[in-house]
Amino acid sequence: MDSRFCGNDRAFMGMTKMKKEPIHPRELDAAERAKGFDEVCLVYTEEQALQEASRCIQCKDPACIAGCPVEIDIKKFIAQIADKDYKGAYFTLREKNNFPSMCGRVCPAEYQCRKTCVFTKKDAPFASEKAINIHFLERFVGDYGMKEKLETPAYIDERLSKFKIAVVGSGPAGLCCAGELARRGVKVVVYETLHKPGGVLRYGIPPFRLPQDVLDVEIDYLKKLGVEIRPNIIIGKTKSLDELFEEGFSCVFLGLGAGTPSFMGVEGENLCNVYSANEFLTRVNLMSAYKFPAYHTPINVGKHIMVIGGGNTAMDAARVAYRLQMIKGIEPSVTVFYRRTETEMPARRLEIEHAKEEGISFEFLVQPTGFIGDDKGYVKKIKALRCELGEPDSSGRRRPVPIKGSEFEADCDEAIIALGLKANQILIEATPEIKTDKWSDIIVDKDTMETSIKKVYAGGDIVGGEGTVIEAMGMAKKASRSIIDYLLKQ
Amino acid sequence: MKILAKEIITKTEDTTITRFKVSAPLIAVKAQPGQFIVVMVKEEGERIPLTAVDKNEKEGSIVLVVQEIGFSTKLMGTLNPGDSLYAIAGPMGHATPIENYGKVILVGGGVGIAEIYPLAKALKEAGNQVITILGARTKELLILEDEMRAASSEVHITTDDGSYGKKGFVTDILKELVSPNSPSLRSGPLAEGSRANARGKLPTPNLVYAVGPIPMMERVAAVTKDSGVKTVVSLNALMVDASGMCGGCRVKVKDEVKFSCVDGPEFDGHLVDWDELKMRSKVYADKEEHICKLNEHIT
Ligand SMILES: Cc1cc2nc3c(=O)[nH]c(=O)nc-3n(C[C@H](O)[C@H](O)[C@H](O)COP(=O)(O)OP(=O)(O)OC[C@H]3O[C@@H](n4cnc5c(N)ncnc54)[C@H](O)[C@@H]3O)c2cc1C
Ligand code: FES
Repeated sequence: MDSRFCGNDRAFMGMTKMKKEPIHPRELDAAERAKGFDEVCLVYTEEQALQEASRCIQCKDPACIAGCPVEIDIKKFIAQIADKDYKGAYFTLREKNNFPSMCGRVCPAEYQCRKTCVFTKKDAPFASEKAINIHFLERFVGDYGMKEKLETPAYIDERLSKFKIAVVGSGPAGLCCAGELARRGVKVVVYETLHKPGGVLRYGIPPFRLPQDVLDVEIDYLKKLGVEIRPNIIIGKTKSLDELFEEGFSCVFLGLGAGTPSFMGVEGENLCNVYSANEFLTRVNLMSAYKFPAYHTPINVGKHIMVIGGGNTAMDAARVAYRLQMIKGIEPSVTVFYRRTETEMPARRLEIEHAKEEGISFEFLVQPTGFIGDDKGYVKKIKALRCELGEPDSSGRRRPVPIKGSEFEADCDEAIIALGLKANQILIEATPEIKTDKWSDIIVDKDTMETSIKKVYAGGDIVGGEGTVIEAMGMAKKASRSIIDYLLKQ
Repeated sequence: MKILAKEIITKTEDTTITRFKVSAPLIAVKAQPGQFIVVMVKEEGERIPLTAVDKNEKEGSIVLVVQEIGFSTKLMGTLNPGDSLYAIAGPMGHATPIENYGKVILVGGGVGIAEIYPLAKALKEAGNQVITILGARTKELLILEDEMRAASSEVHITTDDGSYGKKGFVTDILKELVSPNSPSLRSGPLAEGSRANARGKLPTPNLVYAVGPIPMMERVAAVTKDSGVKTVVSLNALMVDASGMCGGCRVKVKDEVKFSCVDGPEFDGHLVDWDELKMRSKVYADKEEHICKLNEHIT
């Protein structure tokens, strides 16, 4: 029996004896990659994947699985990698996760499966370096599946093929729900406001983290399954929810997402060149403003760009801003302002590391208080206060407390505000019957994901606020099961 | 998304205004006065907001009136019947609440005239006394005069250079119409609402609605401010998604930040922070100039 199959007691021994170092995939050189939008992190080679898989001690009671929002059988797929059964590993992943190539790239694994991995110390704020690199392995297998054109078989249920379901929103929640239903033979139409499908995966997450062709492959697969994608249609405006039912849809799934940017409400926030991260990223990713004037959407690129926030959105905005400066031949200067310290930053650790390697500066424990503009209305300076950490707040993180008299100003001719996103409102406003909570998120039955309107289900960021891609997919999957249960009863 | 018809309404040395009829069956059913649509001329294009000026549900078409002011509108001007727009989506924004206000003054400047046209029709149909003031730089740029005459009870025209109508600005006429001693008001037939409001004093309009260049809307709001006549303006802030997801279209309205695309495009003209709007509308002026110059050969 090789070491992979040892039980928990052996696992402990294995752990104390373990010498094998974690394997990091190759990455593009920091100085080079910051000149463009090529993917930073490369996929494991087969050898690397085998080495990393062999570090997994195959716990008898694998805690990692509980850390995964969709409960992928992590233990099994890693064992399959070690056995070089990559195809098997792919189907193990696909049982729970429709888009392993995407999740392997963007999942904040250090807060999920890797955090509960036996190699992470209890109570650590995020995964230890020693935790198995589950996400890199997932990506290895996902990309293998993509390369080999592996497709999870559709298991069409004749009874379902007479039904039509409408999905509103084409982010990970909508796409996942569409795929699950289509694989069972349900006819699915996905409606999307924007001209291209993908939601945040398209307009928010930059191609150096998630290349667009990875997304396109997944969308093409859905189309092959018979899913119809209808861009440029806003449900609540172009068509109402009621009209979808009148058109013969049996159920509707709402994957509306959270895209409404928050602002700070400070002086000077509407000056020119103060962007929300969503605007900044949408201009660059969805509208290709970095190729202006070949593409027609403009973007301004400053000499001293400040990014405010500490999440993935802030990291993406900062790294995109830095790249734009490089492309335009501007001496790069991008600084992230965050109210707390690096430990509290909600961004993926890898993104923080990558941002630092690329040359982005960080100012921790600072809180912006306003912006000063020139006579034409363009931002010129940022005003801020220094903070110290106080008592923990409701999120359990220590709260930043401004230090009296610590005001300072810094040069800033462009600011990007990345302070969180709220529910997309158009459909909710047009559909007052749908019950929402105080954050305007849609309220659902936790077991079925059904909303207060019968036959209308919801999932993703529109339920419970900004989350992760995998959580969105988890909710969508649950909703798709309820929808199928409902349809089978008809 | 196919262009069904195209007509150049007017063309001068520096200005072209074109009317397009575009196939958009779903939008044709839904578009209401006051709302707008988003157009991408090409795949590489910007998402630009335009007003659906008219619609024909049966034919599944809408009418867009486009003044070639920026690169994207110039590019649109190069399209011909049979060509297709890359994307068209909507209708976006809130519709104007159409009710019987009594006496309504509609002010349209430049291509803004096209935008008040559907409104004039709807308000007249709802029983309002519709007085319109149309302004243009010069006679050739005055568009839709016949249509506006048909849709209004009374039409006033001004041109900056005096080549047609009264020389001056729309606000010169507006001032007369909202001032208590207005001869036009005393002689004009009074609608129910305004008579009820008059209470012995001379009647004022119950609503002023303005669409046009930002400085014009600002001046309109300034004229009506003292009289307290409700003044609605339709703002054309710069937009990207037009669905509330970027905040690029934000405007300050009575110290509150609003997103033009989803909260508007109509706002109380007396509460809009005009200076900020003017400043934000120029944020890409240099880029616009650059892309227009580069593409002079196409557009
Ligand atoms: C910049 C950024 C970086 C992120 N990085 C990560 C990361 O690294 N890892 C991670 O796990 N998560 C990340 N997230 C979070 C993650 O992207 C979201 O949790 C996820 O996309 C939510 O999926 P969704 O399907 O619910 O919504 P979205 O992806 O927001 O998609 C919703 C879609 O619905 C459309 N829509 C809304 N209303 C309507 C309507 N009425 N009619 C038609 N269409 C409509 C919208 O246009 C949009 O395309 C990031 C988020 C951002 C903004
Ligand atoms: S245009 Fe993006 S929020 Fe209005």
